[in-house]
Amino acid sequence: MLSVYDIPLRSRLFLGTARYPSPALLSAAVRAAGAEVVTVSLRRESGGERSGQGFWSLIRELGVRVLPNTAGCHSVKEAVTTAHMAREVFGTPWIKLEVIGEDDTLQPDVFGLTEAARILSAEGFQVFPYTTEDLVVAARLLEAGCRVLMPWGAPIGSGRGLNNLFALRALRAHFPEVPLIIDAGIGVPSHAAQALELGFDAVLINTAVAQARDPVQMAGAFAQAVAAGSAARAAGPIEVRDLAVPSTPVIGTAFRG
Amino acid sequence: MRIQVNGDWREVSAGWLAGALADLGYAGTVVSTAVNGEFVAVQAREHTPLAEGDRLEVLAPMQGG
Repeated sequence: MLSVYDIPLRSRLFLGTARYPSPALLSAAVRAAGAEVVTVSLRRESGGERSGQGFWSLIRELGVRVLPNTAGCHSVKEAVTTAHMAREVFGTPWIKLEVIGEDDTLQPDVFGLTEAARILSAEGFQVFPYTTEDLVVAARLLEAGCRVLMPWGAPIGSGRGLNNLFALRALRAHFPEVPLIIDAGIGVPSHAAQALELGFDAVLINTAVAQARDPVQMAGAFAQAVAAGSAARAAGPIEVRDLAVPSTPVIGTAFRG
Repeated sequence: MRIQVNGDWREVSAGWLAGALADLGYAGTVVSTAVNGEFVAVQAREHTPLAEGDRLEVLAPMQGG
């Protein structure tokens, strides 16, 4: 079973809560996905406005574990302050740490990310860093105190799947004991199945479900794909080869010799 | 006294954070606060003074990815 920061999780499908057509469809999608962990965020709210309060009630009714993010933060200071605010509101030491370095790709600023991860880990946070597939950055994040990594598959919301298979395989091979959760870029269930087949421990999906024509049906499809990928990994996939190997036994082949 | 609340200038009568939040209509809501970029915990709101021109952030739970 997957364990992150000593919390055992049955589901390897984490779900984001943004961009659904309605709160009812969000709830139904979380249930259809069988997700145990959902990501949440913090935003400015004016006095008298109650949308945040309604959202928080809905999430609590679902009975899932929340993983707050620091989405939109572009500096270490912003991310650290947002993490403190999230810990108070959501009552969890978990933080999905995002420090964005570039707005077109929403690529993480890995230097700021590492610094913020070090500060927050020292303060008792359990950091889930949204990072790239870079091996050296991964090592620095682990040194900083992270015990989980969330490498991107592709830019957030792009639906491109696993863009850099070579580097993702290398990341998996280098850190066999570290929970690795693919965060961002997954577009369809086959991408999620592929991530699990490659040995990634879980995937975090948001846009691909929320913006599907039928988010609830898509959430169910992702749940099946994640289950299939996970089972396939456990079953031991064959090695990829360049040339054919006959699957039918060649001994006793007719008309030969 | 005028302070910036989530980027907008607002008039508040209370000179401390908890009072200002009540003035602004946040009573009874789950929000988290920062003053001039520094997190201020719930327990500290009663003892946190505000000054003219302070920047107050008030954040609430929201959908996220």
